[in-house]
Amino acid sequence: MSETRNVIIIGSGPAGYTAALYTARANMRPLVFEGFQFGGALMQTTDVENYPGFPEGIMGPELMDQWRKQAERFGAELVSDDVTRVDLTGEIKRVWVGEDEYTARAVILATGSAYRPLNVPGETEMMGRGVSACATCDGFFFRDQHIAVVGGGDSAMEEATFLTKFASKVSILHRRDAFRASQIMADRALANPKIEVEWNTVVEEILGEDGKVSGVAVADTVTGEQRTLPVTGLFIAIGHDPRSELFKGQVELDESGYVKVDSPSTRTNLEGVFAAGDLVDHTYQQAVTAAGTGCAAALDAERFITSLGD
Amino acid sequence: MGAIKAVSDADFQTEVLDSDKPVLVDFWADWCGPCKKVAPVLEELAAESDAVVIRKLDTDANPETTRKFQVMSVPTMILFKDGQPADQLVGAQPKAAIKRFLEK
Repeated sequence: MSETRNVIIIGSGPAGYTAALYTARANMRPLVFEGFQFGGALMQTTDVENYPGFPEGIMGPELMDQWRKQAERFGAELVSDDVTRVDLTGEIKRVWVGEDEYTARAVILATGSAYRPLNVPGETEMMGRGVSACATCDGFFFRDQHIAVVGGGDSAMEEATFLTKFASKVSILHRRDAFRASQIMADRALANPKIEVEWNTVVEEILGEDGKVSGVAVADTVTGEQRTLPVTGLFIAIGHDPRSELFKGQVELDESGYVKVDSPSTRTNLEGVFAAGDLVDHTYQQAVTAAGTGCAAALDAERFITSLGD
Repeated sequence: MGAIKAVSDADFQTEVLDSDKPVLVDFWADWCGPCKKVAPVLEELAAESDAVVIRKLDTDANPETTRKFQVMSVPTMILFKDGQPADQLVGAQPKAAIKRFLEK
């Protein structure tokens, strides 16, 4: 076991890296478990047009890379492993990666959210065989094909619009009769001649043939009519769930699994444990809001450490 | 950078299919964020053990092999044994998961 640190940060999206940057700059020598989803959700996006300070936009992975470097510059220690177990209830917080134990006086939770599966037959079997959760990664493999995107939010609009670069036609399958995406994203998708929207449509099964997707069985939520769409690819963008599994039973969560904090602070129900970013926020879920709460968590943690004295 | 050798459409047969040892091929692409996460993990695994040969293939530059093994998602890691794909892992995975996959 290594020495007890001031602060451990779990997570490495906008919230985690901002917390790392602030605590590092305050000489708290944070240990950051970046985990496997290094860079968080932005790693799967293309152009980020709404992060302030970049009038021309910036690529998601590029932005994360810059952030990471900025945290490192001030001495944040970055570890690329996934945390496997925590004990946050005591005065000394304990964090494990496999058999290795790390301890700190404060912990900042910033594990973000994970892609939500459809939970329909064929989804797991066809993952990587036509089913994808990352349009920017896999769009290329569907050149001149008819594919579909499931969802009605900003990510679904972004993915559908992006996929028209490759696909001959992109169907957006949405279970309601209106999108919840922002106006600008929805307008952009709706104006695209390659995009067609199937309203009130739910996916019931993903069909495969010769080890790859051959279509999706869908149903109309109004008429109940069932039919098959002959698509070769299905991109799932129905939202995200907080990655709070690791903290369950210790940190208080709400009914959807988000970590509860004493807003506007980032304090959780456990002393010395703070939470930030999409792990907490089910309303805004933006890079800039995550960075904002990451900063708040760093300042809260700093104050907490100072209050402990030496 | 890194020790993992790149293979291509041209030498896939000799480097991978004809290999005596099992070969894990990382099908990747330049535009894929998760691929950038997997690459250093594979470098570490390659340095730690030589039971399995690890190679990488740029799917963008090598469409023939990519199509042949029906790769439709990156990263996809396919384990080849005796010239045949024996098992595959889709998407970025933590080191422990890739290790378990290789030990299977």
